[in-house]
Amino acid sequence: MAKDSGKQIDYERIAKMESFRQLSRKKNSFLWTMAVIFFVLYMLLPVLTSYTEILHQKAIGEITWVWFYSFGLFIMVWGLAHFYVGRANKFDKEAREIIDEYERGAGQ
Amino acid sequence: MSLPSIVMFLAIVAVTLYITYWASKRTSTASDFYTAGGGLKGWQNGLAISGDYLSAASFLGIAGSVALYGYDGFYFSIGYLVAYLVVLYIVAEPLRNLGKFTLADMITARFEMAKVRGAAALSTIVIVLFYMIAQLVGAGALIQLLFGIPYWAAVLIVGVMMTIYVLFGGMTATSWVQIIKAVLLMFGTAIISILVLLKFDFSIIRMFSEMATATDAGEAYLNPGLLYKNGINTISTLLALVLGTAGLPHILMRFFTVKDAQTARSSVIWATWIVGIFYVLTIFLGFGAAAFVGKETIVAANPAGNMAAPLLAEELGGDILFAFVSAVAFATILAVVAGLVLSGASALSHDIYGQIVKKGKITEKEQVIAARIGSLVISVISILLALGAQTLNVAFLVSLAFCIAASANLPVIIYTIYWKRFNSNGAVWAIIGGLITALVLVAVSPNVWNPEPGKAIFVGTPLVSLTNPAIISVPVGFICGWIGTILSKETDYAKYSEVEVRAQTGISVNKVSH
Repeated sequence: MAKDSGKQIDYERIAKMESFRQLSRKKNSFLWTMAVIFFVLYMLLPVLTSYTEILHQKAIGEITWVWFYSFGLFIMVWGLAHFYVGRANKFDKEAREIIDEYERGAGQ
Repeated sequence: MSLPSIVMFLAIVAVTLYITYWASKRTSTASDFYTAGGGLKGWQNGLAISGDYLSAASFLGIAGSVALYGYDGFYFSIGYLVAYLVVLYIVAEPLRNLGKFTLADMITARFEMAKVRGAAALSTIVIVLFYMIAQLVGAGALIQLLFGIPYWAAVLIVGVMMTIYVLFGGMTATSWVQIIKAVLLMFGTAIISILVLLKFDFSIIRMFSEMATATDAGEAYLNPGLLYKNGINTISTLLALVLGTAGLPHILMRFFTVKDAQTARSSVIWATWIVGIFYVLTIFLGFGAAAFVGKETIVAANPAGNMAAPLLAEELGGDILFAFVSAVAFATILAVVAGLVLSGASALSHDIYGQIVKKGKITEKEQVIAARIGSLVISVISILLALGAQTLNVAFLVSLAFCIAASANLPVIIYTIYWKRFNSNGAVWAIIGGLITALVLVAVSPNVWNPEPGKAIFVGTPLVSLTNPAIISVPVGFICGWIGTILSKETDYAKYSEVEVRAQTGISVNKVSH
């Protein structure tokens, strides 16, 4: 984004643009919804292992459910990491459009 | 020390010193020194993050815990990995878009005040010193066992090596030492895992069924509860692990070594795969050590189980594999402590000296000299502390460092990026409140006080039963930030507009970088 250098950026004007407000809302609600989901799924593990016996039961052979839950959390991390990248790339595109919109406005 | 050990040990020393020599020719500005010029690629930074993160506590500590305590040893692996989602979703990109060299840079992008920078630099230095003492004391004990040299000599070797890397090669040398270490560590861990799986005919089900009778714990070995018996304590520890990573200064600093938010993003993806696969493999290392080395031999070598992985390597692959794994452990320690020295030096030289004492009026040349002096100071202090702490049980310091990072750094990072009303008063309150609460609660915890002599640092009854106070200190950090904010009328919504736009779009990233 070398084209931004050398001139002042009117951040307040961008911050007030409807398209930016929309992106910011959308992005934050995505981030925090996902953060709450993975945080709860993760913290549920010690709660379940400390206060219940659900995960202590055998699932396949001697492998108990706690290993499946734990491995599920690993899959969750990899899955959500790639999911994030997909969404973030879309947000990047929208952010570029907003900056273009701002620069067209600034040029008038 | 056997011949293969000496050869591999010297090979690590030679290769890393050559890298340092090569890096030193590319280190002339402050940006080179602190961020390798910001030119790392995603995969390089991802490997370096893994190399920075997977400490001896991960490699030897978790393998040992799994060997001794079965499932309970594996908890840390899960926490350390899920933490990367917090880093990726909440922290990495805004941090890259707002910051320059340090965490304090990112927070002062919103509140350009000496008190805010000073508080952020202070918490960075405290975390770095705690983490470093744990690493160096652990390293000293370990190298003593692996290579049969005295503790003080081991600490000095590691201390001098880390100082040389950082002093001459800055972030470029540190990053490449971390990258090579990550590759060696993955390679070594994979070889041992394959050898272990071979013994179980590559059947996970068979491995589990044999493990159910292989230890004296019986089937309980495969379930939670052997080590962690107090529910709140388990929850508190896991909370510190998942939230702490996003506030660890040496990890955050790695995000300034890439050119933009997109590269920061791809480095986290690389790191989650490497770190995740590594942690899956720790199960095989731990199970293998429990089955083929045996609890008695592991505990006899080191009561905490740290020798489980090297002993397993010796059992399965003889002298050569033992020597290789020992060399990997040595490289692991070096890579982590070098990253710690660098982040400590950035807080001391860039934040406190350059920005607060000299008020930013400092030439490029002076910055690099200050950075080198800062590295030397941090190194010497840590080496001296580590030499004095040999007999203390400092293993808890790593999870304490995670706790301080989660309590003092994460609240202020989140508020700075996402909360419009937040102000400088709130920032100072959040950092200092979280820091003091975590330190005080640990000072009165069972880590420090135990009624039985020799079990902890002091003899006496602990005031709190939590070994990791995150469940109290993290909320306190957030609440302090909120109280400090509303107690002050100060608001600057125009400045927040700038922070918000920059964090979300990265629009001015070229002005804050290189």
